[in-house]
Amino acid sequence: MRMLNKTLISFIALFFLLIGNSYSDNIKIGTEGAYPPWNAKDASGKLIGFEVDLAFELCKIMGHSCSIVEQDWDGMIPALQSGKFDAIMAGMSITDERKKKINFSQGYADEVASFAVVKGSKIKPRTVKSINLNEIDSADQKTLDALKKAFEGKIIGVQTGTIHQNFLKSGQIGKVNVWTYKTQDEVNLDLAAGRIDAALAAAVAFEDYNSKAGNVLNLVGPTFSGGTFGSGVGVGIRKNDSQLLNDFNSSIDTARKKGIIKKLAIKHFGFDASM
Amino acid sequence: MNLMIEKIPELLNATILTIQLTLFSLIVGIFLGLFFAILRLNKNKVVSGFSYYYSFIFRGTPLLVQLFIIYFGLAQLEFIRESFLWTVLKKPFWCAIIAFALNTGAYTAEIFRSGFEKVDKQLIDAAKSLGMSKYNTFYKIILPVGLKRSIPAYGNEMILMLKGTSLASTVTLIDLTGAAKYIISTHFNPVEVFIFTGSIYLFFTFLIHNFIKFIEKKTNYIYKT
Repeated sequence: MRMLNKTLISFIALFFLLIGNSYSDNIKIGTEGAYPPWNAKDASGKLIGFEVDLAFELCKIMGHSCSIVEQDWDGMIPALQSGKFDAIMAGMSITDERKKKINFSQGYADEVASFAVVKGSKIKPRTVKSINLNEIDSADQKTLDALKKAFEGKIIGVQTGTIHQNFLKSGQIGKVNVWTYKTQDEVNLDLAAGRIDAALAAAVAFEDYNSKAGNVLNLVGPTFSGGTFGSGVGVGIRKNDSQLLNDFNSSIDTARKKGIIKKLAIKHFGFDASM
Repeated sequence: MNLMIEKIPELLNATILTIQLTLFSLIVGIFLGLFFAILRLNKNKVVSGFSYYYSFIFRGTPLLVQLFIIYFGLAQLEFIRESFLWTVLKKPFWCAIIAFALNTGAYTAEIFRSGFEKVDKQLIDAAKSLGMSKYNTFYKIILPVGLKRSIPAYGNEMILMLKGTSLASTVTLIDLTGAAKYIISTHFNPVEVFIFTGSIYLFFTFLIHNFIKFIEKKTNYIYKT
C-alpha cells in the first residue's frame, strides 16, 4: 500500500510539474544548438553560445524567467507558430520572406557570409573585401563575375533553409550545384572530406570549425551582406504577440546601451558583431 | 493551396529519385538476401555464422545510423578517401544505395530463410524417396516453394524500404522528403506539404500492395495448402 501511495504521489507530482511548466509566464526561447559560435552545445549537452548568454541577459532586463528550448533548424518557424516556444534566437537573419510569417525584433547582431574551401583547393578567388548586395558598384560586379567563373558547375554545400541557400538558388553566383545539409556541422564535415568543392555560411561558423578542427578550411572571396542575406539577426516572434515584441525591442535597446551585447559578442566571436 | 499546385513539379521530380533509390536498393537487396539466406542453410558453421551476424548487425541497428556511418563515418578515414572506393563513396547517391541495400538485404535474408524452413517436411521426404539429389531438392523444391511462401512478407519489406528511402534527405539527396523539407523551410507550411508528400508515398505503397497481390495469385499454382 505504501509503495502504491509513493508511486501515486510521484505521478501526481510529475503531472503538476508538466502542467505547471506550460502555464507559467516563463518565456521559452527556441534555438538550434548546432551553429557555433551563435548557439551550440557543450560536451555535457548544455546549450551555450552567444545567443544563449544574450537570451538570459535580455530576460533579466525584462524581469521574466526564461528557458531555452532546442529545436532543429528546418522546423524552427513552424515550431514557433505552433507554440512550442515563444521566441526564436537562433542566428536567424531578418529577411522579407520570413517576415511574411513571423515578426522580428530589431537586429541584435550582424552576420556576414563567406565561402570556404578546404586548404589546398584549386579555387582561389583573389578578392578579399566585403560586398553589400544592396549597393553593388562596378568593382563589386567584377568580383561577383570572377566568383561566378570560379564556381561554375562546382558543388557548394549549405545548411537547408538558410539565407545562404537562398543566395545560391537566386542565381547571383551563376549556375552552381547546391547540396543541402541539416546542420552546419555536416556541411563542415563534407567540406573537409572533400565531397563538396566549397561551402557558404556565416564567416564565424567556419572560423569556429577551424579553431576546433585545426585550420583545415580557407575562407575565400569577399564577405557578403544585404540583399538575400537580410538585415542582421533578430528575435523571431509570433505575429500576434506584440507585447513580447515590444519587450524584446526595449530590452535589446537597454542591453546595447549598457554594452552587454558588445561584451558578449567579443567573448564569443572575437570581435564586435553587435548592432 | 496555390503554393501546392505551384510546387507539384518540384515534388514529382523528387519522386523520381525516391523511386530510383527504392528500386536500386530492392534489386541489390533481393540478391543479397537470397545469397545470405542460402549461406544460412550451409552446414559449415563459419559460413552460416557469417550470414547470421550480417543479419544480426544490419537488423539490430537503425538504418539512419548505418547510413551515417557509410556517408559521414567512412569519409573521415584518410585511406578510404585515397582509395578507389572514394569514387563511389564520394557520391551521396551510392552511399544511400549501399546502406539501403545492405539493410534490406539483411531483412530479406531472414524472410527467405524462414520461407525455406517452412517448406513441408513431407515434400522433402517425397523428393528423397524419388531419389532426388540434395542439390536438386533445393533448387527444384525448397527454393521455389520457399520463395513463394516469402512473398507476402517480402511485400511488407518493399513497403518498408520505400519509406526508408526518406532518410536519403539526410545525406543531401533531394528525394521526396528532402524536397518537402526544403519547401517547408522556405514557405513554412508543414501541414499541406507533408499531407501531399504523404499521399504520394501512400500511392506507391498502394501500387506495391497490388503488385504483391498479383504475384501471389500468379504463383499460387505451385503449391496449395
